[in-house]
Amino acid sequence: MEAFGLLLHGFAVLLTWKTLVLMMVGLVLGIFVGVLPGLGGPNGVAILLPLTFTMDPTSAIVMLSCIYWGALFGGAITSILFNIPGEAWSVATTFDGYPMAQQGRAAEALTAAFTSSFIGSLVAVLLITFLAPMISSFALKFGPPEFFAVYLLTFCSFVGLGREAKHKTVISMSLGLLLAGVGMDTVSGQLRMTFGSAELLRGINFLVAVIGLFGISEILLTMEERLALRGHAASISLRVVLSVWKDLPKYWVTLLRSSFIGCWLGITPGGAIAASFMGYNLAKRFAKEPESFGKGRIEGVFAPETAAHASGTSALLPMLALGIPGSGTAAILLGGLMVWGLNPGPLLFVEHKDFVWGLIASMYLGNVVGLVLVLTTVPIFASILRVPFAAVAPMIIVSCAIGAYAIQNAMFDIWLMLGFGVVGYVFKKIGIPLAPFTLALVLGNRAEDAFRLSMIGSGGDLKVFWSNGLVGSITTLAILLLFWPVIDGLLGRVGWTRRAKSAR
Amino acid sequence: MSQTDLEIVVDDPTAPEENSPSVTSSGTIEIIVCLLLLALAAILGYDNWRTGASWDSTGPEPGYFPFYLSVILAGGSLYGLIVALVARRGAAETFVTRAQARRVMAVFVPTLLFCVVTQFLGLYVASFLLIAGFMRLVGKIALWKSLLTAFLFTAIMFVTFDVAFDVIMPKGPLEAAFGY
Repeated sequence: MEAFGLLLHGFAVLLTWKTLVLMMVGLVLGIFVGVLPGLGGPNGVAILLPLTFTMDPTSAIVMLSCIYWGALFGGAITSILFNIPGEAWSVATTFDGYPMAQQGRAAEALTAAFTSSFIGSLVAVLLITFLAPMISSFALKFGPPEFFAVYLLTFCSFVGLGREAKHKTVISMSLGLLLAGVGMDTVSGQLRMTFGSAELLRGINFLVAVIGLFGISEILLTMEERLALRGHAASISLRVVLSVWKDLPKYWVTLLRSSFIGCWLGITPGGAIAASFMGYNLAKRFAKEPESFGKGRIEGVFAPETAAHASGTSALLPMLALGIPGSGTAAILLGGLMVWGLNPGPLLFVEHKDFVWGLIASMYLGNVVGLVLVLTTVPIFASILRVPFAAVAPMIIVSCAIGAYAIQNAMFDIWLMLGFGVVGYVFKKIGIPLAPFTLALVLGNRAEDAFRLSMIGSGGDLKVFWSNGLVGSITTLAILLLFWPVIDGLLGRVGWTRRAKSAR
Repeated sequence: MSQTDLEIVVDDPTAPEENSPSVTSSGTIEIIVCLLLLALAAILGYDNWRTGASWDSTGPEPGYFPFYLSVILAGGSLYGLIVALVARRGAAETFVTRAQARRVMAVFVPTLLFCVVTQFLGLYVASFLLIAGFMRLVGKIALWKSLLTAFLFTAIMFVTFDVAFDVIMPKGPLEAAFGY
């Protein structure tokens, strides 16, 4: 009940004309970046972050989170109408969404996608509302060893559970952690890895890296690919919306299952990509006619969209409660919090109640307003794709440069952005994942501080990470996850041996 | 249902041609990247070792944590190098074709020039030149449309960032002439 009261307080903070206008601006910008090829949620949020520097933190985070919701909604438009997944998590949506559009059911597919996005996000926001305060009050008992163990768990789960080659994830993560340490050491004040450069004294701002890694590299990749688009126009009438909504109860199992998968994979760093595919595959597995999937079945849109959006939204839970982002975009939002002088983590709920509950309230309102907005403006946003990419690309580059410069008012950061753009392009092409790099860059200093404080406290004894049940369980779990592929292989072999023996 | 049968077709005149020859293979690039990362790990590792990678009376020295990260990065890169060298004997996957490389350069070179021009003439002039030049030369869009779009976009950016949100961008002689 306490959470409900605080949420009402959040709505009171939120419901001012200024914040509502910012919410609408954020949603429109978000849908815009979601639809544009070469941009997406993380890029959009990173590029538009400078717009919020002069705002108060609550207005700023409301606008940024609305850009995020808008981008999530916008991604479905290109997936369904043009068969172009704007984000990796939209890939599964194209399996049935595009065939539906080809069959003249684009409006139905879009309504299904937007509605399931809304449902997935709503379930995740409810989870955040009731779980975040509990986790944060629990996390107040955490000391440096517990925090380091949680960071370790995040890093290890990326290596152990990621789909990419393990050594590539290790390379990406260690590089991110190393670059996070460039500049002045926060404990001793000594300079590290600056090589006498005055520009590197400030360190490498992760937002500059993100803008280059995602924004510039996406432009390079998009230019490299064929850009001739062929898609379907669509507008959505109230009749189609009501008919899809009327049928929603028929799919409650799919929606609930996908929401659960999404929330689970959002809180653990499984991510929206894994969630969307898992949601789709499970919907197919439990369907009466699995062979009809991929041919324009509405459940094939409901399942991945619900899971992806539940995952994307619930990734904000560990960010708010523990200061550990569950996704790339959550990492960028976390960077935003730090820019505005807020310290994400358990203390945020105690020290900045207005901010936290204003943000949570904006998640509810932003999703409702976003749903209405996309349902009514699909043709306008779909027509953005008629704008030649040769006009869009330089505008994105300029926006990226503005974003990179504004963070620290440094020309050097524009050059750094370009360098990271090339790195991102090459890394993407040879399969080195960028998400672990981003997270490591964001969490690097915090992880190092937690490690050093733990080690100072224990006099250099690594046993501190097993000094009590809580930290011991987290550390052990982290190590198990790191070696999960080996453990999984061994378990599989044992299972296979047993089956082989019983067969004999 | 108000779904229309109208199809939106967006063709790009500069789309790459099919069957363009390969410039280099992914394996070669992986080897180069691993070698570069190995060199970076060595340089950073040395710097951190020099800063202090052991313990003193107050705890771990500043280079302790990053030094071991350099070791992990070196280990990962070395493993990647071996994997790439072994895999190279198999089928070589194309990293980029000649047409793709040309297209990537068509956006990279103007971006590089944009950074250089920003340094000397400020961001807004560089932005105008990049958008107008890119639309005209790469997109083959009519000159008046290119100039108008570049002017409008730059003006909107100036009003949004410098005027409305007080985010001051780098400026050059042109802005100075107008008193900014």
